[in-house]
Amino acid sequence: MRFLRTPEYDELFAGDPTWVTESIGGLGDDGRSLVTKTSFRMLQTLYNLGPAPEPNLTIWYSPRLPEGFRRFASKVAIDTSALQFESDEIMRRTWGDDGAIACCVSPMLVGKQMQFFGARSNLAKCLLYAINGGKDELSGAQIATGFKAVEGDVLDFNDVIDKFGRMMDWLARVYVNAMNVIHYMHDKYAYERIEMALHDYAPLRTMAFGIAGLSVVADSLSAIRYAKVRPIRDENGLITDYQTEGDFPKFGNNDNRVDELATWVVRTFMSKLRKYPTYRNAIHTQSVLTITSNVVYGKGTGNTPDGRRHGEPFAPGANPMHGRDTHGIHASAASVAKIPYRDAADGISLTTSIVPMGLGRVAEDRVTNLTGILDAFFGSTGYHMNINVLNRDTLVDAMEHPEKYPSLTIRVSGYAVNFVRLTREQQMDVISRTFHGE
Amino acid sequence: MALHKEPPLQNTPLEAKSPFDLRVNLGKNVPESDVRSALASGDMGFLHSFTTGSAVDGPGIRVVGWTTGCMFRCLYCHNPDTWTMSNGIPVTVARATEELRKYRFGLKVMSGGFTLSGGEPLMQHRFAVKLFRAAQEMGIHTALDTNGYFGHRLTDEELETIDLVLLDIKSWDPERHQRLTGNDNGPILDYARRLALRKRPVWLRFVLVPGLTDDLEDIARIARFTAGLGNVERVDVLPFHQMGTYKWKELGMTYELADFKPPSAELVESACAQFRAVGLKTY
Repeated sequence: MRFLRTPEYDELFAGDPTWVTESIGGLGDDGRSLVTKTSFRMLQTLYNLGPAPEPNLTIWYSPRLPEGFRRFASKVAIDTSALQFESDEIMRRTWGDDGAIACCVSPMLVGKQMQFFGARSNLAKCLLYAINGGKDELSGAQIATGFKAVEGDVLDFNDVIDKFGRMMDWLARVYVNAMNVIHYMHDKYAYERIEMALHDYAPLRTMAFGIAGLSVVADSLSAIRYAKVRPIRDENGLITDYQTEGDFPKFGNNDNRVDELATWVVRTFMSKLRKYPTYRNAIHTQSVLTITSNVVYGKGTGNTPDGRRHGEPFAPGANPMHGRDTHGIHASAASVAKIPYRDAADGISLTTSIVPMGLGRVAEDRVTNLTGILDAFFGSTGYHMNINVLNRDTLVDAMEHPEKYPSLTIRVSGYAVNFVRLTREQQMDVISRTFHGE
Repeated sequence: MALHKEPPLQNTPLEAKSPFDLRVNLGKNVPESDVRSALASGDMGFLHSFTTGSAVDGPGIRVVGWTTGCMFRCLYCHNPDTWTMSNGIPVTVARATEELRKYRFGLKVMSGGFTLSGGEPLMQHRFAVKLFRAAQEMGIHTALDTNGYFGHRLTDEELETIDLVLLDIKSWDPERHQRLTGNDNGPILDYARRLALRKRPVWLRFVLVPGLTDDLEDIARIARFTAGLGNVERVDVLPFHQMGTYKWKELGMTYELADFKPPSAELVESACAQFRAVGLKTY
């Protein structure tokens, strides 16, 4: 099956996804394991039929699941890079034990809940608007009115935070209203009556907002706070670039100085969204998840104070920026696990790439060690983890010789895709990510 | 959404970054007298870098710290920037412990621990012991990745602070060892025997370089010695690689092994077979 879609859609969500996600595993409210023989059979299909991006296989993971299943799921993840893992503990406690994943990583109760999809907003661009007083950093057009650009030769942290807060407020208002219009009109002209007939009366509605560029924003704020960032203005006074003197802590190294900034951004934007009423009084939620859209958002966003250049992709989802998480997977995952689920209840996505040797010298060690990583992440406050176990060389070779890798599947933020069906830019983005253990 | 008004203070920066970065002269501003008193007390040491999530430096998933300073000059060294102590960042035991503490729960779940590698950690043996003690007090498993040359510096009591020794024997033949490392292997074998006597767990490591350490008779001698010790739980045969070449180049040093190739799978297998033949576990 293949949907006919516009090129713009394909840029955001590549690989022709049909958005079918399968939930496997988890525990009941009474503590019993929901793993059955069929859970194993579902995973075994990746060997029988070969790896495939869909259905988007999602393990509701808990360190309390039977060891045999946890080890098998780890083995499948190592062999196929086609699984995502989500915290059974967090989702069950929040929504109940009869849940399933809608779309990518969003949990909801089957038949009792529905979601107004809200894609995401580009917070890195929002930060640049705040610095430029509402002007677009690329076109120079005045997009948001009634704001003042920063003055002076060096960016002042408190001033930028203040302006950024106001700009987030402006963005939240535009965003919520846009979603209200879209979903009002969608219900008016294309109400999904068949799907809704399968739901109970008066379902719980959520409106799922989202953000892109979290690590770019966190690192930019960190640069402004801990290093000296000089704005560079063009002939019209528009700030188009930055010169940074000194080092600054970067998101993804388990360093509270910057991790606190990332958390602040998520919580603040969520509080701004909640200020504006939603269509049908849906509950506001938010995701930190991008699928493949981090590439196109990066394309449309100018130079940022963290040193990222115009056009460079953002990190996917809640990931640290490529190559800046320099202290290994434990530190990197710990930073992401600090983002509070209550302010990102639509999901916080971490996509990890590990080289096989990075998990151990022998196959059995690798299974044990990946199971350990998952136990530790989901035994703390981790919400979601994609596991890619690949060598960079394999991906480079697949770019040059796609015919050799027809079913090479990889995890992108919140979803799985067929690697050779990504655009070249998207492929480059995957290749330039941090590969742990390399 | 209160953001802390003042950034949290951290006394010593611990931005030791990736072990794959070349690092030079980071401790050069520390006065010579401070270096000496730090080494004497062990309250401060010099770290090249640290990482988390390592699966190849001992059992489980581990935090690994690399110290600077080494008495060996191995021809195949892939981190020659760790030879000089002043290339590292000065770090207090308290600061390093604070960093390690962040990971203690995860390390327990992942059956991992803390590994000190180098350079040669025993160049700073007092610092190493203090760090191991602090780790053990937090319930963290400790491992020392060492060439063993300064093993005699540790008292019997201090040996107990190390839950696992990753001991590197580079060659059995003393002459070849001298040529490879610039040092005699006698003290290493003494240390190995002492660890055996005290029944301290050891993983043996052997770096296989084709044309340099691939003499199967030499490997067999190491294997027989190792098997006789009785405390070696596992042997890791580490295939030589060229990933450290760029560091030699950037440091302006002559790298004799520029044209050497990694060993073939067959050669690795026949090296492993020497260890297996005497009943040792190897992969």
